[in-house]
Amino acid sequence: MIDEFIKLSIGTLRKRKLRSWLTMLGIFIGIAAIVSLISLGQGLKISVEEEFAKLGTDKLLIQAKGGFGPPGSDLSTNYLADDDLRVIESVLGVDEAAGLLSGSVKVEANDKVRYTYLAGMPTDKSLSLIKEFMYFKVEEGRELKDGDKHKVVLGNRIAKGDLFKPNLKIRDRIELNGESFKVVGIYEAIGSSQDDSSIFISEDAYRELLDEDDKWDIIIAKASQDPDVVADRIEKKLRKHRNVEEGKEDFEVSTTAEFLDAVTNVLGILNVFLVGIAGISLIVGGIGIMNTMYTSVLERTQEVGVMKAIGAKNRDVWAIFLIESGILGFLGGLIGVIIGVVVAKLAEFIIAQTGNSIIKAAMPWWLIVGALLFSFLVGAVSGVAPAYRASKLKPTEALRYE
Amino acid sequence: MQPIIELKDVWKIYEIGSVKINALQGINIKVNKGEFVSVQGPSGSGKSTALNMLGSLDIPTKGTVYLDGHDISKLTESNLATIRGKKIGFVFQQFNLINTLTAKENVMLPMIFQGVEKEERVKKAEELLKIVDLQDRMDNRPTEMSGGQQQRVAIARALANDPEVILADEPTGNLDSKTGVSVMDFLHKLNKEGKTIIMVTHDEYTAKNADRIEYLVDGEITKTVKK
Repeated sequence: MIDEFIKLSIGTLRKRKLRSWLTMLGIFIGIAAIVSLISLGQGLKISVEEEFAKLGTDKLLIQAKGGFGPPGSDLSTNYLADDDLRVIESVLGVDEAAGLLSGSVKVEANDKVRYTYLAGMPTDKSLSLIKEFMYFKVEEGRELKDGDKHKVVLGNRIAKGDLFKPNLKIRDRIELNGESFKVVGIYEAIGSSQDDSSIFISEDAYRELLDEDDKWDIIIAKASQDPDVVADRIEKKLRKHRNVEEGKEDFEVSTTAEFLDAVTNVLGILNVFLVGIAGISLIVGGIGIMNTMYTSVLERTQEVGVMKAIGAKNRDVWAIFLIESGILGFLGGLIGVIIGVVVAKLAEFIIAQTGNSIIKAAMPWWLIVGALLFSFLVGAVSGVAPAYRASKLKPTEALRYE
Repeated sequence: MQPIIELKDVWKIYEIGSVKINALQGINIKVNKGEFVSVQGPSGSGKSTALNMLGSLDIPTKGTVYLDGHDISKLTESNLATIRGKKIGFVFQQFNLINTLTAKENVMLPMIFQGVEKEERVKKAEELLKIVDLQDRMDNRPTEMSGGQQQRVAIARALANDPEVILADEPTGNLDSKTGVSVMDFLHKLNKEGKTIIMVTHDEYTAKNADRIEYLVDGEITKTVKK
C-alpha cells in the first residue's frame, strides 16, 4: 500500500515540477549548509586530533600570562626568564626542556619589504625537542647549528609563496631589521600559515637582533611521567621560584591533552552555532513545504473527494499527503547532501590554496544518513497539518469543489 | 426480498448561517438487487443530496439509510468509507479520474484502499479494462484519452471491488450523444449481468433507460414511474 502511495505522490510532484523544485530549494539550501559545515567542522576536529596525536601527549607548554598582550608580544610585561627554564629542567619527571623565542621582524629581500614572524631557535640538543613539537622538516639545505650567527632557515611560504617573488633560494641573502642574513635552509610546508610564514634564526642571533637578554616566549618540556602530575609539579616549583601565590600565577602550564580539550570545545561550540544558523534555514524550508502542501490540498480537493468516494479512509488520505511532503523533504535533503559534499570539498580546496592544509572535509556515514533522515522528518512534520486538513475534507463537499 | 439500499424518511437539512435549507424532506426510496433505478429532477431538486445518501457519502440529518440490511446512518466516516469502497462503485459526470495515474492505475486505486494484493489488482484491472474495450489504452493517462474513453475507465474503476451497486451521477452529461448512448449500453449490459444501477440525472431521455424513475422535486419524491 505504501509503495502505491509513494508512486501516487511522486506522480503528483512530477506534475507540478516547478513548484516541487522551488519547495525543495528551501530544504536543500538548509541541508547543504548543515552538511558542509558539519563536514568541515568534523574534518577540522579529526585533523586537530591527528596533529595532537603526532605531537604526543607527553609535551608540556609553559608560557607567561598576564600583562597587556598575548604571550611573546612586546606588550606583555610578564615573561619567562632563563632561570625559569633551569627550574623547569630540575623538576622531577621532566625529561628535557627547551625554550623558544618568537616575535616579528622587518624583512627585505628581492627589493621587497615585508613584516613577518621571527623565531629564535636553540641550536644545541634541545632543537630536536622543539622540532618534535613543531615537526619541521628541512626540504632544502640544512638545519641551524651552533655558531650560526647570520644564517636563516625559511618557512616554506617565505621561500616559495608570493611574498618575495621570485622564489628565495639557498645562499640568497636577506635583511632582517637591516642586518644581512644568508639562507641556509628551507623547511617543508607544514600546513599552518603562521609557521610556514616564519623565519628561523638561532637563539643567539635573535637575542642580538631584537635585544632580548634572557627572555623565553615559550618553554616546552617533555615529561617522562604522567604529564598532568608533572604539570602540577612544575606549577608548584615555578610559583615558589617566581614568588606568586596559588591562583595568581603569572604563567601557565598546559599539557597537550588540555590543549586538545580546549580546541575541541571551541570547535564544538562553533559547530553548534553554525548548525544552529543552518537549522533556521531548514525551518524556513519546512514552512515552504507546509505552504506548498496547503496549496496542494486546496487544488486537489476534488481529487480527495473522488478518492474518498471510491473507498479511501481518512488515514489513507492523510498518508498520501504526508508521504508527499516527506518525499519533498527527502529529495530536498538528498540534493542538499550532494551540494553540501561538493561545497565542503570546494572549501577544503580553497582553504588549501591559502596554505592551510588542516581543514579536510570529513564525510562520516552518520552525517549523510542523519541529514537525509532529518530532511525527511522536516518534510513530514511540515505536512502533518495540511494532510490532516485533507483527510478531514467531507467527501460530499470535496466532490463539488471546483 | 430485502432491498439493497433503502432510504426511510430521510431528511437532510443544511444550515447556512441562520438559514436552514431542507435539501431532502423525508424521502423514501427502495432499491432492490438487480434493479436499474433512475432518480430524476431539475437542478436544485435535491438530486445531489439524494445521491450522497444513496452512495453513503453522507449521513442524513434525520431518518435511516440501510445498505444491504445494515443501518449506516450513524456510522463514522472511516467505516462509511470502507463500506462504500466495497459495495458501491461511482461513475461521475466529470469522470473524475486521477490525472497523474494511468488507466490501469486508476482502476487499481479502489482495490488499493481495500488492501487487495498487488498481483490480483493488476490482473483484475486488466480484465476490467478489457471488458470496457480499452485493452490498448491501459497505460495511457486520462489526459491522453477522449471523454468516452475516460468514462469507460471510470466504469471499470467503479467495478474494481465488485460492488453490488453502481451509482452513476449524470454519466452522459459530459459526452456527445453517440458516446453517451454507448456508455448507457454499457450500464445496461452490467445491469443484465446482475449489477444494481442507480442513476441520477436531470435528463428525461437518459432517465428513460431505467426500470423505474423516481421524480424528485424540492426534496420530495413526487412521482414514481415503472416501465
